[in-house]
Amino acid sequence: MMAFLALITREVRLAVRVGGGGGMAVFFFLITISIVPLGIGPDLNLLSRIAPGMLWVALLLSALLTLDRLFQGDQEDGTLDHLLMGTMPLELIVLAKGIAHWLTTGVPLIVAAPVLGLLLNLPIEGMGPMMFAMSVGSPALSLLGAVGAALAVGVKRGGLLISLLVLPFYVPVLIFGVSATRAALIAVPGDMEGRSLMLLGAVTLTSFVVGPVAGAAALRANVN
Amino acid sequence: MLRQVAGLLDVEDGAIALSGDSEDDASISTQALYAGHLDAVKAPLTVRENVDFWADFYGSSKGHVQRALDGFGLGRLSTLPADVLSAGQKKRLGLARLLIADRPLWLLDEPTVSLDTASIKVLGVLMAAHLARGGLILAATHVDLGIEGARQLEFGGRGA
Repeated sequence: MMAFLALITREVRLAVRVGGGGGMAVFFFLITISIVPLGIGPDLNLLSRIAPGMLWVALLLSALLTLDRLFQGDQEDGTLDHLLMGTMPLELIVLAKGIAHWLTTGVPLIVAAPVLGLLLNLPIEGMGPMMFAMSVGSPALSLLGAVGAALAVGVKRGGLLISLLVLPFYVPVLIFGVSATRAALIAVPGDMEGRSLMLLGAVTLTSFVVGPVAGAAALRANVN
Repeated sequence: MLRQVAGLLDVEDGAIALSGDSEDDASISTQALYAGHLDAVKAPLTVRENVDFWADFYGSSKGHVQRALDGFGLGRLSTLPADVLSAGQKKRLGLARLLIADRPLWLLDEPTVSLDTASIKVLGVLMAAHLARGGLILAATHVDLGIEGARQLEFGGRGA
């Protein structure tokens, strides 16, 4: 447990000191969202209709942006060898890495989302449900992303490869996330919001199991 | 070969096994520590933070940390970020892990690279102390490590 917490603390500290982690993701998020109104034009109704979808798409892409460094840094300086050799199960290491990635990328993005929602004329009453849906769904982005990052750990400039590998697994998060947010804004027959949130939660819970196990298997295969 | 012993590379033919008193003794990850060419030092963290992380990772006591810092002469540097360290200091910080984890088997891949003469002597003393406590060292090296009674296995001759 001690080692698990120490690994998370170290990852967060590294991300904060080096920059380029959460900060870069938030800026990318900001840039994508702020150019959307310029491209679409000043149609406020249209903007508020597409706001949930745009925000979720931008969230996904921003999270992808920082994934390639998840294991690469440790592989380059030899840390990964020691992590692999240690007594801590590799699954826990991947889990710690995923959680640290979420803390440094997911959380800043969720905090930034309402501000960017304003740029897209997202109604105020939609902010709360959107942040909630993002909090439920975004851990899945980090944990599923960790699998892609583990698979591409030996590949130089593996960012593109990771995106290709991971994006299909992000699709359920996107679909349920957007539908939960949209259902909160427009009166949809049935409890659409609740059901979408539950499915979103299911995806995240699954990723908590699949992510570490698949990630650890990928790391083992890659190092040999 | 050291990486194969460390379990980081698959062995194509044959097997590597540790013999011990009980089943628990036989796992390489609880018995061995590998120190390779890469120092596994995180440049943005201070020397102390680097050391503390590995101490937590290996579940070592504060006494081990202090012993490692003193042993490799890193005490004065402990508040400095690791990216201002020289190559030799980084190497020592990497080797400090040997004392932090305190495993019986040390796997050393050219431990003297980028160390100065004084540090090589210090390393020699530490290795001798480790051996005196009943530890085991498996090292690949180009220079004489100054260990008395070391058994040597020379590779190559034809190749590089």
